[in-house]
Amino acid sequence: MSQAMTRADKIFTPFNVISGTIIFIGLILTVLRFTGGLGAVTNLDNNNPWGVWIGFDLLCGVALAAGGYVTSAACYVFGLKRYHSAVRPAILTAFLGYALVVFALHYDVGRPWRLPYPVFYSQGTSSLLFEVGLCVFLYLTVLFTEYSPIALEWLKLKKIRNIVIRMTLVLTIFGVVLSTLHQSSLGALFTIAPSKLHPLWYSTYLAVYFFISSIFAGLSMVIFESSLSHRFLHHKMDETHLKESAGVALGFGKAASFVMMGYVGIKLIGIAIDNNWHHLTTGWGLWFLLEVIGFVALPAFVYALAVREKNLLLVRVAAAWTVLGVVLNRLNISLVAFNWHLPSAQRYFPSWMEVATSVFIVTIGVVIYKFVATRMPVLYEHPDYRHDH
Amino acid sequence: MDTVFYTLHDFILYTKAVVYLLMGGILITLPLFWHFLTGRDEKKRTF
Repeated sequence: MSQAMTRADKIFTPFNVISGTIIFIGLILTVLRFTGGLGAVTNLDNNNPWGVWIGFDLLCGVALAAGGYVTSAACYVFGLKRYHSAVRPAILTAFLGYALVVFALHYDVGRPWRLPYPVFYSQGTSSLLFEVGLCVFLYLTVLFTEYSPIALEWLKLKKIRNIVIRMTLVLTIFGVVLSTLHQSSLGALFTIAPSKLHPLWYSTYLAVYFFISSIFAGLSMVIFESSLSHRFLHHKMDETHLKESAGVALGFGKAASFVMMGYVGIKLIGIAIDNNWHHLTTGWGLWFLLEVIGFVALPAFVYALAVREKNLLLVRVAAAWTVLGVVLNRLNISLVAFNWHLPSAQRYFPSWMEVATSVFIVTIGVVIYKFVATRMPVLYEHPDYRHDH
Repeated sequence: MDTVFYTLHDFILYTKAVVYLLMGGILITLPLFWHFLTGRDEKKRTF
């Protein structure tokens, strides 16, 4: 009896009950979406063909998955080996992030069996979307290969694992190149809509803004994800991981802080070069200032204070704050400041089913991360390969 | 009051001038911020 209760207690944990409920609702919405079309679950229309699935799942998903290329570049390209313990969690987060971006794209685009078409069948080489699609396809393959040693060590496939490990530097360089291309292209997508995007967010430098912001988004996401792992998966971390984590948080916090201040600088230049100062005194201007000062400059300053004081809690607060800022920026560009001139009746607001589908997709990511991190050598080094790097 | 521009040349001259001033400000501010950021780091001798 007590054994049965223990088993039930193990299955019906608060995490399992909440994630199970979300996934159940998500599956129902999936059936509705793919049988009834976009109209059955979304508020999208001809004025607003891109909604929260693009604004949040795709734009935020790609930006926040940038931790993979940032961490592996720091460790393998710049030789900062003291960040080695952060590479595997970052690669896993990036791999899941990109895989879920592609998964989420199916909900928006529909007809999943045509996923290979843009790359293999009908290439629209003059479209930025083709470039984004090709890069995401290639980078997802790179991330899968970078992630594979984790699974191969778990499966005890030593020979294949050793072959993949030898390709680490090439994969890292390829990953950085591809990320540079598609992170910026996602911003460049909006440069074709100068009349639709509010002038404060529209800039011919959008591609640069997206790329630079992806760097501190990635750095902050690594710190944020690490603090969650410390809270919930502490027992899975080995001594090296625990010893290095403070250095990772402080080092990444320092880098994020400086890049964020540089980003504020280029945003100022963006306003000046288009002479958009007069917009700053409007309601839109206050919202823009809230984004740039409240969610970039302030967390950058908090990061700097935290790094000076070596205050880990403050670094983690700044990381969560920055992640929120990047989400706000992507939502502002794709939803809030997009079609800003339309009367409010024609503006887009997501239906609860769109939001629930996004929550469902994020939940799948968290569940898979937990599954992998509790079984495979992500937060600890496999005993057979402890001195392998 | 907004500045009135009669030609594209006027516009570019004005905005470029502001950008150059901003760039000067950023060139001074960012190294100061870096100094603030790393002020309490242990000094690493490279010689």
